[in-house]
Amino acid sequence: MALLEVKAVRRSFGGLVAVDGVSLTVTPSQIKGVIGPNGAGKTTLFNIISGLLKPDSGQITFKDRPINGLRPYQIAHAGISRTFQNPSLFLQMNVLENVMVGRHSRTRWGFFGCGLRWVGQAKEEQAIREAALAHLDYVGLAHLADWPAGALPFGQRRMVELARALATEPEMLLLDEPASGLNTREKEDLGSLIRKIRDRGITILLVEHDMPVVMGLSDDIMVLHNGCTIAEGAPEVVQNDPKVISVYLGGEFQYAPSGQES
Amino acid sequence: MIVGTQLVMRVTGTEYCLTQLTMAVYYAIVVMGLCLLMGYAGQVSLGHGAFFAIGGYTSAVLTTHNLSGFKDAAWAAWLQQAHLLVAKQDLYGNATLTVSPWAAFAAAMLTTFLIALLIGYPALRLRGHYLAMATLGFGLIVSKMLLGSNITGSADGINAVPEWKLIGGLTVTGKSAERVQNYYIACGLALLLLVFLRNLVHSRVGRALQAIHDRETAANAMGINTAAYKLRVFVLSALLAAIAGVFFTHYTAGIGPSEAGALKSVRYVALAAAGGMANLWGVTAVSITMNYLSLRGWFGSYDNAVFGAILILIISLAPEGPLKPIGHWLRRLTGKRQPPPTSGVTFHVSRFTNHGAP
Repeated sequence: MALLEVKAVRRSFGGLVAVDGVSLTVTPSQIKGVIGPNGAGKTTLFNIISGLLKPDSGQITFKDRPINGLRPYQIAHAGISRTFQNPSLFLQMNVLENVMVGRHSRTRWGFFGCGLRWVGQAKEEQAIREAALAHLDYVGLAHLADWPAGALPFGQRRMVELARALATEPEMLLLDEPASGLNTREKEDLGSLIRKIRDRGITILLVEHDMPVVMGLSDDIMVLHNGCTIAEGAPEVVQNDPKVISVYLGGEFQYAPSGQES
Repeated sequence: MIVGTQLVMRVTGTEYCLTQLTMAVYYAIVVMGLCLLMGYAGQVSLGHGAFFAIGGYTSAVLTTHNLSGFKDAAWAAWLQQAHLLVAKQDLYGNATLTVSPWAAFAAAMLTTFLIALLIGYPALRLRGHYLAMATLGFGLIVSKMLLGSNITGSADGINAVPEWKLIGGLTVTGKSAERVQNYYIACGLALLLLVFLRNLVHSRVGRALQAIHDRETAANAMGINTAAYKLRVFVLSALLAAIAGVFFTHYTAGIGPSEAGALKSVRYVALAAAGGMANLWGVTAVSITMNYLSLRGWFGSYDNAVFGAILILIISLAPEGPLKPIGHWLRRLTGKRQPPPTSGVTFHVSRFTNHGAP
């Protein structure tokens, strides 16, 4: 049933507990949102799932296979791809090559095959190029294929990064604040693109600051605060949750972490 | 151009210069490997002189060390039958039994492979300056070991390395009668390796290396096993240096400990930088030219200073290498202006609404 299951994951940096026993379930073809104020531990959670950070404790399973402790490239092979809060394109390459890098985990030729142009390698290279171009077209940037990645404005870098992530043929996509730094129009476009990706059968886990975007997109939302889950459920439910309101608006309700509640 | 150079030298009666040109081509192969390692994968090595020396010395020691004491042993006879050992007579008529050049070449490759793995595995966990320091230290150790051991001939190095019969009458040797042939052997080898590297950088492996250079974290998250790729490219470039070392040693019939020196390694890095780092043809052309001039004695006693100065000038003035700025300058001079990459980006992200509407 669950595609991704995070169980009681904890991670601290020195004395700061960034993620404190968070559990999370993502079902297939769902758009799941993770929200929370700055420093709530959202990005840390993402980095743990994608293998950039190792959890101190807890269990993560993807398609019923444990994936905690795997390296990022192994997690990409397993079918989880991600984008970064600050688009991290390879700036020395052009836009198409950036997306072609995304095909890495689904192709196989090594040093000697490539260097010797072994039989079949050229064909694979052609397939990589075509697939990358198709993904670039999917996000609407095929006309920029030859541009240096560094020459693109912020919003378009986001889209190229998205195309690169899609090129790894993920079953699940982690988007780290995809709407930050975009204008209203770009946000709307992004929203419809994310829905379109979901309709292709790719499950999406989304960290986002922008409330209208995340409320409009998500099927299910989890709210993090100081490394703990304080609410989870459908957007309407979460929106009216007193704890969430107090965390975001600083109301009278004082949320006490679960450990201190009892 | 390769043929042209030879013909010009024949016509002008300066064919003796081909000797230095051939040596310069072998040195350029080291820099080509460094170009892949530094320019594309972004990993600095100040130890490539050592790999050149490891290749050269392995093959020099094996092809000159007399094993005739073992000539009655069964394994010696067996190896001799397999053409891995060769029995000959030296100048004084004494019987010698040495490892054949091909077998020595294989041994040199294997040795370099193992040492590069051993050095690369821990060293590549370091970044930037630390990696440079680690490889520099490795180079210094190798050079001291060559100077200190009798089997490598201490400060004299090894001489009287025999010629290497490749295939079909091609022989790597310093005999002046074979000078032209050897020039073409060197150029042929360099061209083959250049094509190999060019294919490599325009492939998924090349993109992976560049991705590691640019943003290692993102490369890893996109499915690239960054640690394995860094190690492989390090080993590959070490092997290229060793190949050059083996050919060089047979060509000059000897090798000395200065080949492993830190100044040689710095020179290779300077040449890679002068060629524009991630520019295979530029790096090859610049390093052949500069090494040729150096071998012809153009820089006199300032030889090492010249290469040091080049490195400093390039890093401070033109980190991309001098070729690109000169190219831009030439284009401006001839009135052919390239559009700057950013002009004309008037497209808007909203372009994809047509595709993206639900």
